[in-house]
Order: sequence, then structure tokens, then C-alpha cells
Amino acid sequence: MSTATQTPAPGHGTQGEAHEGAEHVDPAALPASARRAPLGFGVLALVSLIVFAFNGPDQSVTFRISGDGDLFQVPNVVVPGLVTGWVITIALAALTVFAFLRVRSGRLTPTWSVVLYGALFVAGFLVWVVGSANNPSVSLTGLLAGGVALAVPLVFGSLSGLMCERSGVVNIAIEGQLLFGAFSAAIAGSVSGSAWVGLLAAMIGAALVSLVLAVFSITYRVNQMIVGVVLNVLVSGLTGFLFATLLESDAGRFNSPPRLPSFAIPVLSELPLVGRILFDQSIVGYFMWLAIPIVWFAVYRTRWGLRTRAIGEHPKAADTLGINVNRMRFVNVLLGGLIAGIGGSFYTLVSVTSFTRDMTSGAGYIALAALIFGRWNPIGAFLAALLFGVASNLQSVLSFLGTSMPSQFLAMLPYVITILAVAGLVGASRGPASAGQPYVKE
Amino acid sequence: MTTPTTDTPTVNAAEDLETDGPRWIGSALQPVLAIIAALLLGGVLIAATDERVMRATGYFFSRPTDTFAAAWRAASSAYEAMFYGAVFNPSGDTFTRQIYPLTETLTVATPLIFAGLGVAIAFRAGLFNIGAQGQILIGATLAAYVGFAWSMPLPLHLLLVIVAGVIGGGIWGGFVGLLKARTGAHEVIVTIMLNYIAANLLAYLLTRPAFLREGSTNPLSPPVAETAQFPLLLGPPFRLHWGFLLAIAATVFMWWVLNRSTIGFEIRAVGSNPRAAKTAGINVTKGFVVVMVMAGGFAGLAGVAQISGTEGSLSAGVAASFGFDAITVALLGRSTPLGTFLAGLLYGGFRAGAVTMQTMTGTNVDIVLVVQSLIVLFIALPPLFSAARRKRSSGAKGAAPSPSASAEGATSDGTSADAADTAQEGTGAEGPASTTPGGTKEARA
Repeated sequence: MSTATQTPAPGHGTQGEAHEGAEHVDPAALPASARRAPLGFGVLALVSLIVFAFNGPDQSVTFRISGDGDLFQVPNVVVPGLVTGWVITIALAALTVFAFLRVRSGRLTPTWSVVLYGALFVAGFLVWVVGSANNPSVSLTGLLAGGVALAVPLVFGSLSGLMCERSGVVNIAIEGQLLFGAFSAAIAGSVSGSAWVGLLAAMIGAALVSLVLAVFSITYRVNQMIVGVVLNVLVSGLTGFLFATLLESDAGRFNSPPRLPSFAIPVLSELPLVGRILFDQSIVGYFMWLAIPIVWFAVYRTRWGLRTRAIGEHPKAADTLGINVNRMRFVNVLLGGLIAGIGGSFYTLVSVTSFTRDMTSGAGYIALAALIFGRWNPIGAFLAALLFGVASNLQSVLSFLGTSMPSQFLAMLPYVITILAVAGLVGASRGPASAGQPYVKE
Repeated sequence: MTTPTTDTPTVNAAEDLETDGPRWIGSALQPVLAIIAALLLGGVLIAATDERVMRATGYFFSRPTDTFAAAWRAASSAYEAMFYGAVFNPSGDTFTRQIYPLTETLTVATPLIFAGLGVAIAFRAGLFNIGAQGQILIGATLAAYVGFAWSMPLPLHLLLVIVAGVIGGGIWGGFVGLLKARTGAHEVIVTIMLNYIAANLLAYLLTRPAFLREGSTNPLSPPVAETAQFPLLLGPPFRLHWGFLLAIAATVFMWWVLNRSTIGFEIRAVGSNPRAAKTAGINVTKGFVVVMVMAGGFAGLAGVAQISGTEGSLSAGVAASFGFDAITVALLGRSTPLGTFLAGLLYGGFRAGAVTMQTMTGTNVDIVLVVQSLIVLFIALPPLFSAARRKRSSGAKGAAPSPSASAEGATSDGTSADAADTAQEGTGAEGPASTTPGGTKEARA
């Protein structure tokens, strides 16, 4: 989590983002969602008080960090469950008071405090949930590494959504892009016998979905959300149909793609904690580590990025300055498709090597949630996707540890958090102003 | 909406188009053309993946007619089987067997119509309710619980089950309206999330003893009592139940609400232009909540139709994919009560017929999803209709990519004209056009 606090907060000092960096304004002038942030903080602090502190586990909780093969050993982190619950609750309460004072003096809740709050809450939750298990010991490295693996397609999906929404096109079709990418990768990989061809096909396949989205919503100005939802149904039906008629009937020929290579970088991968997460990945995983900074840099530090944000916020102004709004949106939506395709290939070229019906099972919607929770920022989206990935990894980990926590509630977590986020209860979450609206040149 | 899309010339051209010639021709022609185009494309897909066709293409250049003949046979036999499964089975030896498919279509259409109405009425207020799935699930959960846990005489018990379903769906939908009204949270995102929350909640409940059959850990609730089930409409061999009549009643109710009640006028005004509605003194936030409660209530009835009509007990798959199909139903029905009803019948027929099609010709049922979504896309696709339009208005040029939104299936029927008069939006985009975050922004400001 520390990466986020060290990264320059993207809102500050960047054109087109002035609203986030605004300081010293009249409290009434703050957006309503910003004024609600302390309220959300307070609610969660109360949850923490009741659950983590009053119902805190009596036993100590062990987080294992080093594995057997690591370069050097880092001692396990052992924390007392109950005390940690209280400490974290007090810290959360302090942050709530801080946020409240900030808002009362007419300033926005700073991003770092939201991130810190989130990190503390997650830590408190982890200690509580693991401490309540029969065997209160968990490998932090394994938990995170598994979470990262699950987050890979989510991150690519989010980045695809980011490319589209930053330029003013809402992309509900992430699910369709991932699914069609996975499908294309399976077929092309099987027929050609090369995983790389499969990866390329996944990108093209997902870009095709983008193309339909772009033609309908940009060229013909059909409601973007309707097109997105319908595209998801179309892709689900089309891949399901072709899966039953082609892929299943001749699986050897059409549905057994080779796997993309996975490799560990020597020495670095043996570092404790970060080694397995950063340096022992599939190719797609490494692509993810590359894609996040690249997209961040492109969006916030290049001319293309400035223009993209401009047409997403105020297309008319951008048009006046000579930017071809609709052409740029079209290109960005296609680029988003290419990115989502890489994520789609993860399903059929990395995690398993065959396509099954509806195998993305809603990951596109979680990616959308991560994008919103991450405030339309590549790094934020990555952290949100990581959180969601860890949450779903925790489900399987907890079933090993033997806990009374129903897995369904953990599965619900990303969706509840997203609703809190769009309701503004965890800080202002505001998308590009013109996302969803077609642009008509006058 | 504050879009820079106020494009006066185009709007005028569009209005010329709309008023040029009888209105209903345009509005009835589009769906029919879209259905035909989608079925054609679906047929191509069936033919292209057919084994005999593939074999015939192997010697395409020596005898191309074989390929076309095989393709025709593949597609037409699939659709023929679908017709037999959805409408009339001529090979049935008794009259009962012959008309059984039609009653099956009506049975399957019942929840689709309910859920479709739930999506459609939200559209009319400019809200895009993707949450019918979750609303069905919660409605079904509450209805099922009342159905199996309570015991009561027949009319009362069934009535309570229906009420429970409406309440369940209404709460789940109303929450969306409330969040939208109070915080500006976008309903598309919230409903998507609530779908998953509902599914997980149901999955959790189906692990609790209170929702399970005694001594069983199967995720299946006890069967609902006889007194909580819809009586069969035509007697035993047919599954058609009184829920279908309730669906007709719900359709009429929605028509009444929209066209004869104050709240209906407000809903349409809000949907056409939230800003103008606000200026005219309409409480927009209240409108959002009321319409989402109604939308959820309709969807909850779909849950009741499943629980008390066909399923008889609660399981994780009780809503099938009705909530998502409902979106295409409402779009095809252009969000009018009658249109949604008819679209529900059509898609019910597709679903019922697809089962027969798969057993008779081996064509996978998923083709129905493809056809369904293609229909909606084609309805929205202006080039498909611009030719027909241009003929009717030779003077209005440059209208080809014009307010396609009017073709997007919201509210372009005559009944919405009065609301639209006061609140004509720039692109002529009634209904769903205002589901864009533009509305959100205003709510927050």
C-alpha cells in the first residue's frame, strides 16, 4: 500500500484536475460528496470499534512473510489480535476527526488520508478475520501474491475502462472485452499453436468489441451504457454458442491453446515478500507492472493524455482548441480494447489453457468497480483491483484456516465498497464530467 | 443535461422526419426490420457452424449450390424447430400436445414481462435499471420465505407472497433511487453492484438452516405451500398459471400510471428533461425514488412468478437470466407498456423454442442470446433505417446519423409527446439519454 503514498498525488499540479487540488474554499462550495467523506469514515470507524475492537480475537495473529527459498529470512509478524483491533480503531477515529476538521475548514479530505484510512481498515480486518480462525496464521506473501494473480485481468479491464472514460465514453463492455479476448486467445492460440498469436488475437478480439462500442456510441450517438450492456449479452451469447458448436466438438483443434511463459527473475524473485509478487510472474503479469506506470505517465504527463482528459471533461472547449473530439474518442476506445484483450488472454493463456462458457464471470464489472473506487486513476485502479483480488483470494485462504466468516460476505466486499465509493461515503469519487455524453460538433 | 449537443438544425430535421407520414409506421417498422435482420444474421451464424455446410464448402467451387442448399437447410430447420417449440407443434397427436408450446411461451414470458416492465418504467424516468436481476432475487427470496414458512388459507397466502415479492424488489430498487436522489450515485453502477450483492446474499441464505429443507445442506429451500402457488390457468399438462394474468394486469397498471396519473406525468417529465421538470416544480429526487420502487416492485413480481408459478422453491438460479433479458425486452418494447409486453412474449417464445431447437436440430440455445442482443443493436442502428426515412422526407438532408437516440428504444411513441413538448432535449434523446452522468452532476451540484 505504501506505493500509493509515495507516488505524487496525480490530482495536484496537473491541468484539468484543478478540482481535486482546490484548497481553502468555503465549506458550502465543496461538492456534496466531499462533505460526506467524514461521515463514511465515521461509519467505518464505528464498524471497526464494534467488530475489530469489542469482538477482537483473543489470540495472537501470525503473518508469515518469508518462504523457505528466500534469500534471507524476515521474522514473522506476530500481533495480538485484541490490542491491534483497539489501536486501529483509535487511529481510524483520529483520521475521522481529522477529515471532519478539514471539511469544516472548507478543505477536501486529502488523498493520502483516504489511502491511509483504507490501509488501516484492511489491516484491521485482516487481523480480525485471521484471528477469528481456528489456526490464526497466514502467509502474507501467499495472500498478496495470490491476490495479485487474481487482480491481473481486473487491472487490464480497469485500464481499458480508464482509456474510454477519461476521453468521455463510458465502457460497461469491459466484461465483453475480457470474455471475447479470452475466447479469441483460445481459438487463435490453439489453431496457430503459438501463445503469442493467441495474445495478439485476444487484443484484436477485444478491440473488435471496442469497435462496435465506438461505432454505436460515438458515430451514431446511441446511449453508451445501453450499447455496453447489450454488447456484454452479445459476447456472452456468441462465445457460448461458438463454444458449444465449435470448441467443444473439437477441443483438440480449437480449445487447447499453449500457455504463455511464466518465469522468475533470478535473485530478485527470492527477496522476501516482494520477490514472489513482483519478480515471479507470467508474461501477462509483467505486462501489468509495465502497463500501470505507462498508462499513468501517458494520461498525466503527455500531450495525448492532456487532450484525452480535456475531451472527457469539456469536449467543447477541447474542440474549440482544435482537437478532433470524436476521432480521439474513437482511437482511445480502440486502444482500451487492445489493453483489455491482454487481460482477457490471462484467462485462457495463463491461468488455465481452455475456454469455458462465461469464464470471466463478472470480472469486467469488478474491473469497472475498481476503476471507480480507484477514482479513474491507473494507480488507484490498480490498488482497488489488488484489494478486490486479495479479498477473493482470502475467501479460499480462509476456508483452509477454518473460520466462521461466511465466504459470501467476503465475495460481496468489492461491490459494497464500490457503492460506498459512488455514494461519496469514502471521499469524493467523481468521474470525467462528460463521460456518457456523445459529442456533437456545432 | 448540460451537453454541448444542442443541435437545433438536426432536431428540426428529426421532427420533420417524425411528423412526416403516420407516426406508427416508423415506430412499428423499426422493431420489425431489426427482428428480421437479427434473425437473418443468426441464421448465417447457425449455417456457418453447421457440419454439413462445412463439408459442402469443401467442394464449394465445383458445386456451390450444395453449400447454399445446406446453409438454407441448417438455418431454416433450426428456426422451424424453434417455431414448433414456441408456437404450434403440428406433429403433436392431440390438440393438447399441439398447443402446448404456445402455453409454454406464455409461461416463460411471464417473468420476462414483469422484469421488462421494471426496466421500462425506470427508462421512462431516464434511469437505466440494470438491477432487475438483483430485484428479482430479493423479491423471490422474500416471496419464497413467506411461501414456505407461513401457513394460511389460499387467497390470503398467495396475496401475501405477492406483496412480499413486491416489497423485496421494491426495497432493492428503491435503495438505488434513494442513493441516486441523495448522493447522485449513478444508478447503473449501483444496480450492477446490487445484483452481485443480492446473488451473494441469496447464496449465503441458502446455507442457513432457516432457508433449507430439514436435514439437508443442498442449497434449495423447502417447497412453497400449495396455498402460496398460482393456480394453473388451463389445468395440469400445461404449466401456464395465473401469474400470466397478473402480468397483463401489471402491464395495464403501468400504462395507467404513466398516462393517467400525476406521478406518471412527473416520471415522464423527469425522464425527458430533469432540469425542465425541476423548473416546472416537480420533485425530481422524489421521482427517482418512487420510480425505482415501482421498477423494483415489477421485478419482484418476476420473482414471485418464478417462486409461485414455475419453480416452487428458492434456489440460487431462481432468476435465471431474466433480469438481463429484461433489459433487451424493455429496449425492444421501446419502454412502452404494450411494447414491453409484446417483446416479452417474443423473447419468451425464443426461450421456449430454443429448448426444442436444441433437442431437434442440435443448435445451441445461446443463439437466442445472440439474436436478442442483435435485435436491440439493430434497433439502435440508424443506417438500417435511414434509407426508409430518407424516402419519406426527401427534403431533410444530413439526417442520417441524426438523433439515433429516438431509435434507441426509449419513449418515442406518441404518448410521450406531451411530456416531451415541455422538455424536448437537444438530441431528441428521450428517456435513457438522460441516464448519463450529466444528471448525476446536477444532483450533486
